[in-house]
Order: sequence, then C-alpha cells, then structure tokens
Amino acid sequence: MNERSIETRRGIKCRVREAGAGAPLVFLHGAGGLLPEEPLLDALARRFHVFAPLWPGFGPEPGEELLEDMLDFTLHGLDVVEALGLARPHLVGHSMGGMIAGELACVNNAGFGKLALLAPVGLWLDAHPIADLFATPPWELPGLLFADPAAGQKRLLAGLDFSNDAALTRFMVDNARRLGSAGKILFPIPNRRLSKRLYRLRAETLLVWGREDKLVPPVYATRWQELIPGARLAWIEHAGHMLPVEQPAAAAEAIGKFLAG
Amino acid sequence: MKFTWFNLMPWPHLPDDFRKKYRSVWVDIPSSLFDPEEGNRVYHRYMDQLEYADALGFDGIGVNEHHQNGYGLMPSPNLIAAGLARRTSQAAICVIGNSIALYNPPIRVAEEFAMLDVISGGRLVAGFPVGTPMDTNFCYGQIPALTRDKYYEAHDLIMRAWQDPEPFAFDGKYNQLRYVNCWPRPIQQPHPPIYIPGGGSIETWEWCARMDYNYSFLSFGGYIAGQAMLEGFWDQVGKLGKDESPHRASFAQIICVAETDAEAEKLYAEHCLYFFNRCLHVYLGYSDPPGYRTLKTIQGGKLNQLRAEQQKVFMNLTWKDLVEKGFVIAGSPATVRERCEQMITSLRVGHVFGLFHIGNMPDEKTRHSTKLFAERVMPGLHGLWPEWKDDKRWWIKPYEGRVRPELPNGAGR
Repeated sequence: MNERSIETRRGIKCRVREAGAGAPLVFLHGAGGLLPEEPLLDALARRFHVFAPLWPGFGPEPGEELLEDMLDFTLHGLDVVEALGLARPHLVGHSMGGMIAGELACVNNAGFGKLALLAPVGLWLDAHPIADLFATPPWELPGLLFADPAAGQKRLLAGLDFSNDAALTRFMVDNARRLGSAGKILFPIPNRRLSKRLYRLRAETLLVWGREDKLVPPVYATRWQELIPGARLAWIEHAGHMLPVEQPAAAAEAIGKFLAG
Repeated sequence: MKFTWFNLMPWPHLPDDFRKKYRSVWVDIPSSLFDPEEGNRVYHRYMDQLEYADALGFDGIGVNEHHQNGYGLMPSPNLIAAGLARRTSQAAICVIGNSIALYNPPIRVAEEFAMLDVISGGRLVAGFPVGTPMDTNFCYGQIPALTRDKYYEAHDLIMRAWQDPEPFAFDGKYNQLRYVNCWPRPIQQPHPPIYIPGGGSIETWEWCARMDYNYSFLSFGGYIAGQAMLEGFWDQVGKLGKDESPHRASFAQIICVAETDAEAEKLYAEHCLYFFNRCLHVYLGYSDPPGYRTLKTIQGGKLNQLRAEQQKVFMNLTWKDLVEKGFVIAGSPATVRERCEQMITSLRVGHVFGLFHIGNMPDEKTRHSTKLFAERVMPGLHGLWPEWKDDKRWWIKPYEGRVRPELPNGAGR
C-alpha cells in the first residue's frame, strides 16, 4: 500500500495508507493501530479503493492532544473524509474504529455508503463486561486478542524483543501514545452513549464477529443487531477479536460481498 | 529539620496466603477481608498513635488518601485529620494529601482543607497528589491521558479560591462554576504550605521547583533507591536558579527503633515483612495504564515497573535485605540516628515522613519505637541544616491565640 500525509481542516496531520481502485472505502483501525502488514486491507483493495488513516496518537505526527472526547474523535473522522475528498465512501471499522465509524455514520447519516463494523466496541452490557484492556500487561494481550495466542503474539510483536531495554522503552512509549489516546473514548468503560444516537443510522450495516472473541464477547453482536434493525451479521470461524489479522481472507470475503451487493 | 509521624493505616489482618490467593492488595481486593467491628478498634488505635506522636513532640502527624486498598484505610484522610485537629494542639497536621483531580468539583478540597486549617488553628499542611493510577484511574475512573491536565486545573481552581477575596466565575475544561467563593478561608495566608507527593515523574519535579512547592517523594523503596528521584528534583531546582533550601523536599522512610540492633530485628522484622510481602502485592496491570505516565517520564526510564520480575523484588526480601538496601532504617538509637543523618544529607531533605507503624505491628511495639525515636534520635537530628533553620517557607504558621480544646473527663495532656 502507498502511504501519504494529509492535513485536516483542523490542522491535524495524519498518514493515510491507500491502495486499489473502485468504490472508495475508509477503514478505521482499532486501539492497536495498523500493523506493518495488513492483509485484510490488501484483500479489500482488490475490489475497492481503500483509504486507511492512522488515528492521531498512532502515527509519527503529534496532534493527539487536540482530541479529548467523543465529539472531537467524531469530527476528526469527518475531517479526514473531507480532506481525502471522498463522496459517500463505504465505512469499515474494527473495534475502537468500529465505535468511531458508528458515530460518524450517525452524525453524518447521509454521508456514507454502507457500514461494516468488525467486532466494534461502544456498547456495554453489565452482565457481560468487556475485559479491561488498560489493566492488561502487554505480554497478556495475545491471550485476550487472538483465538490462537501463540501465532497472534508473533504477528503483534513482529520480532520485537522485550528483553532489550531500548526496544521495550520504545514499545512502551508507542503503546502509551496509542492506548493513552484510545483511553479518551474507551476508559474506564468503552461506552460513550453511541446507543442513544444509533436511531439516526441510515447506512446499511454489516456486523462481522470472530466466533472466539474473548475481548468483546459475541453476545455484543446480538445487542448491536437489536439496536440497528436490519443489520446483518457474519461470523468468522477460528478468529478472536483480532479477526482482521487472524482471518483476513474470510473477513474480506464477508465485507466485500456485503459492500458490493 | 522536621519529622512527621505518618500512618498509612494498613489493615493488619491480611491472611498468610494473601499473595497466593488474591491478585492485588489494591483496587479489587475483596471487601469481605475487612471486618468492620475489628475496624472500629483499628481506626481508634491508629488515631491514638497519631495523637501519641503529637504528645511526644513530633513536628507533624501525617495521613494520606488511598482507595480500595488493604494497606491504606483512609479513602478520606480529611475525616481522620478532623479528629486530630480536635485532639491535638501542637503538631502540624499533614494531609499528604487529597487527590484533587478526583473531587467534583475540586472546590470541595479548598473548603475542607480550609475547615481543617481553621479548626486546627493554622496547622494544616496541604498535600496535592496527582494520585496513583490505582486510586485515580482504576478506582475512580479518571481517563489516564487526561488525569494530569485535570489535576492542574483543580490546582489552579483551589489556589485561586483560597486567595481571591471576591467571588469569581471559573470556566475550566473539567469544571465550570459560576460563583466560586470559598467559605471558610484558611487561617494561613496566603495559603497553607503546599506539598506535592510525587512518584518520580519528570514534570512534577519541574513544576514543584517552579511553583516553590515541597516535593515529597513517597515510596517504600527507601533512601538508597530514592537517591535518583531526589537528584532529579534538585537538578530542576538548580536549572531554575532557585535556592537549595532542603525544606523544598521531603522523603518518606520506614523507621524502627529498639534498644539494640538485634532487638530491632526481633521486634520488627515480621511486621516489616508483612508489609513488603503482603501489603505491596499490587497487580502489575494496575500500576501503569497507558497514558498515565507522560512520554517524557517513560523515556526517562527511571521508573521501569514494566517487567514482571519487578513484582518479585518485594517477594523474597529478608530482614537483612530490608536493612542493607535501605528499605527500612532499623536498629538501636545510635544506628538509626546515623542512618537517618545519612539519608537526610544524601537526599538533601528538610523533612522526613517517618513510617513507624508498619504492616501489622501491634500498638505497644509501635509506641516503643516511636518513643525511642522521639527521645533518643530526633533531638540529635533536629539541628541539621543549621544554615536553613530560619527558613519557614515550607512550614505551618499556626495562630498563636488558637483554641486548644479540652478533652472530656480530664483526658489528654
């Protein structure tokens, strides 16, 4: 994928990965950011013109201090779409990116094509608490995020050596920026009352869920369906919360069929 | 040189297998481990000890704030301080402090601290911690990356509320108040001494030095490990061209005094080990939520709590380790005096928060150690920093004509 920099109307600079041709599709990543290789995006780029912006706090440029609450996050998302000059792109969001995508599609409910939410956060069920990502030491994350933790860890760390002090410090700085920024809408409970605004949603919606999601249990898929009448649901087998990493082909197939259909 | 007798108020009945059975002493420790009727005795014992320290001539008596914590039974230190304000009349009452980002609105702290200052006759030392991640983020739900910003706003509001003689409107990011008007006002003018308990963040060093607030390094790591932290603070003081009055800084230290070094081990070792091995058993995931520490502090790398092995530091400690590594200053009055002097001069502090009640230490041992310190150690140390003895910038200015409450039934002193 190509990567370029854009600047929003607000003056926030951010990187955008871009590839493919066809109908425009904006992909919003989760609280872990984008890995160097994102096979789901590559697969989607075979059918769509994919734009994957790095959220403030997740790329090399500063600017995350300008985003403090859900409205700031939502407006930034709209600003990015505007800066990219896209008309009614499809919107795909994973986890935190799904929560933000949902907000965008509610606030600007004529501005998007279809909406695909991959294991989105943003709702809360007292009986099914979502695990506390912020109280999870980094080395315990793979167990929470992947159906196959060992393989997931390899992907997540991409060769990072935790016994090396400099590498660990660098990881901790990046992690503090990423999750520190994410915490503004996810901490202590990832619920900023999107459920109150979902009545505005007009985009056709698909939910995609890993059957073995341990972070956001699959019962949340049902809750989203209750709140978005007519939303479709696709299960991905052998996938945990990081389904874009674990089962990119199956996820791309489900998303592609829905968006093109 | 000032000495404050400090009590964390630990729950003294954590089970022997606590570390094995429970993942953390803080945040999610089951409240079934707390027995409220025994709690009645524990609170009174601890408050009696603080009053005893006042009677023995300690310069201050100290309390602090923790939540959902098996070694700190003071979610509201102000309640304890209110009791002390009525039952003592000499010592400074050091509330170290109120986690001001947690009070909504923080004008509550301005009011309660002003009440304490007025009731105590101008004896309040006002502490403003940012608060630990356990208390601030996990127990009280504050967003890690915004905690510091909210803290600074709360500070600005409280300081102005104490000093502005007219009601004012405050249009903050976290607090909007149309009529800020602090009733009562504190006795100490322009405000009580401000102490900032720090855990070692670079921003706090710089801020304390710039604002002329006392930097209070509160840890349980002891004076040898504390060296790097205080050096960081003094570097900032130097950079800003401020004078190097030792009264700018405080240090918390566990201190145990007995007649001999051997007696100290016999009397106090088990209670210190209870503290280090049970009370400090904090789940690692609660100690560093991303966003709480600033990037500068992480890059500074002086507080590397990230490794799983770090947790084990406190697990295999022996009495010998505790004493040699300076976690605990313990021994005969002569030994303790020598080591305290070493601590005070090497850290350059004008103020020590002495932790004399440790873990599950029973009352008579606590008083034994406290009395020996007051009578045979403290007098020899009070005169340190003679060139700064008239520097009262970081100490209380009590009101001479203050009420000294009489205790019922002729009790008290």
